[in-house]
Amino acid sequence: MLTVTDIHSYYGKSHVLEGVSLTVNKGELVTLLGRNGAGKTTTLRSIVGIVSPRQGSITFDGSETVGMETFEIARRGIALVPEHRGIFRMLTVAENLEIAVRSGSQWSLADVYGLFPRLWERRKNGGNALSGGEQQMLAIARALVNGPRILLLDEPTEGLAPVIVDELVNILREIKRSGVPVLLVEQNLNVCRKLADRHYVLEQGQVVYHGTAAEFDADPTIRDRYLALSA
Amino acid sequence: MLNVYLFQVLNGLGLGMIYFLISVGLTIIFGLLNFVNFAHGAFFLLGSYLCYTVVTLTGNFWLSLFVAPLGVALLAWITEQVLIKRAYHLPHTFQILITLGMALIIREASIMIWGPIGKSVPTPAGLDGVFRLGSFAYPEYRLFMIVFAAVIGLLLWFLLERTRFGALVRAGSEDTETVSLLGTNIFKLFSLTFALGVGLAGVAGVLSAPIRGAHPFLGEEVLGIAFVVVVIGGMGSFTGALVGGLLVGLVQSLMTTIWPQGASLMIYGAMAAVIMLRPYGLFGRS
Ligand SMILES: Nc1ncnc2c1ncn2[C@@H]1O[C@H](COP(=O)(O)OP(=O)(O)O)[C@@H](O)[C@H]1O
Ligand SMILES: [Mg+2]
Repeated sequence: MLTVTDIHSYYGKSHVLEGVSLTVNKGELVTLLGRNGAGKTTTLRSIVGIVSPRQGSITFDGSETVGMETFEIARRGIALVPEHRGIFRMLTVAENLEIAVRSGSQWSLADVYGLFPRLWERRKNGGNALSGGEQQMLAIARALVNGPRILLLDEPTEGLAPVIVDELVNILREIKRSGVPVLLVEQNLNVCRKLADRHYVLEQGQVVYHGTAAEFDADPTIRDRYLALSA
Repeated sequence: MLNVYLFQVLNGLGLGMIYFLISVGLTIIFGLLNFVNFAHGAFFLLGSYLCYTVVTLTGNFWLSLFVAPLGVALLAWITEQVLIKRAYHLPHTFQILITLGMALIIREASIMIWGPIGKSVPTPAGLDGVFRLGSFAYPEYRLFMIVFAAVIGLLLWFLLERTRFGALVRAGSEDTETVSLLGTNIFKLFSLTFALGVGLAGVAGVLSAPIRGAHPFLGEEVLGIAFVVVVIGGMGSFTGALVGGLLVGLVQSLMTTIWPQGASLMIYGAMAAVIMLRPYGLFGRS
């Protein structure tokens, strides 16, 4: 479905991605792990065209997306929930969602309000009035009404209280069950273990490990070698 | 005596609404595109001249009120496609140089087309009378101008605050990247907003034509005032453009009866005071 082949991305002169390849298949939830600065965010930004890879190829449903504008890639159904969440602070919660609504999405406004009752309660509040957890929910809800055919999530649980994290895990399960594939960047290994089918580990802009969830769980040395994370 | 002041207050409101229409366009463009448009006054000028031409050819002011702003907006849209959009990523100083050049081209072209001497536009038929209330009399056209500008202001408010297009403009003013991520063609949004903002200056140019006529150097004067208004009201703020515009209009108008020589001084003094007390303007955000 989504195939990234040997992409090289730069910020100015600094060579950040040095040949990253990965695939996400129909219905899968795949994680992209790695230490801070490994290039996870840059990989996601390259997929949606915010950063333009100078080399390599990205295909979605068989067609090349490298060189396309970000909005065109988004219209094809690649939805990124960015690390900074990108909530419009001066817009209400409802407006944040309404500008994203696209006909033909699997999720309607009513659906996401059902999925996130808290957003319905806060629909008239400004984006600047939301807590971190609410912002993350709004960012995901907004991606859902936007008609995603694949969802890219950049550290959705970062900085959130454990209760909220559990709530998000349930939502992600539901999204996965709906058939929309997910590429998840996440530092919280517990969250990854609960959801993932496969894992990729990135280090200094290269994929250094790739395995199924079972393989990854069976080999704790991977964690020790590449991820200085709490398990 | 009281009537004199009422007269000047109404004049000030009219002037203020014209300033509002000019500045609100400037401020919306700056808010979304982060682009400084020094050609804004020149487009106002073009609105006045197009009004003159349409009125001369057809004798119909109402037609010019419709056609001239559309013409100005169309020209703005074309300029955006050809030139302006290449300057969004450049520093403001470059944008100022480019649009100042455009302003000069428009001014000189206007002189070539319409001549160096100003043109006057007759007061539209049907509004050339005087409105009377007791002993108070006020030109009908000037009242119409206030009401019409207010209606345009209301429509604009509705567009920005109550429609999807407006929400996208506001969202884009905060974060264009996320707007693109949601599948909106940000380039199209930019061109439409630029044409809209400049078109509003065109409306102002038409409205002011029967009072001030069209004159090649009107553009610079109007641009200066618009920047004062935007600095007072705050860059990117609709309310700021309204309050700032009315404030400057009223001060200018009242000063002409009290102390004519001091009118500009007062306005620039007010601007300096606002900058010192509230650097981002009365309604601006940092
Ligand atoms: N906007 C930027 N400009 C320059 N360098 C950047 C920028 N963003 C990230 N980097 C650098 O690129 C590398 C990868 O960053 P990033 O993709 O954000 O990593 P991760 O998401 O895995 O923490 C880091 O060395 C980081 O310092
Ligand atoms: Mg990151």
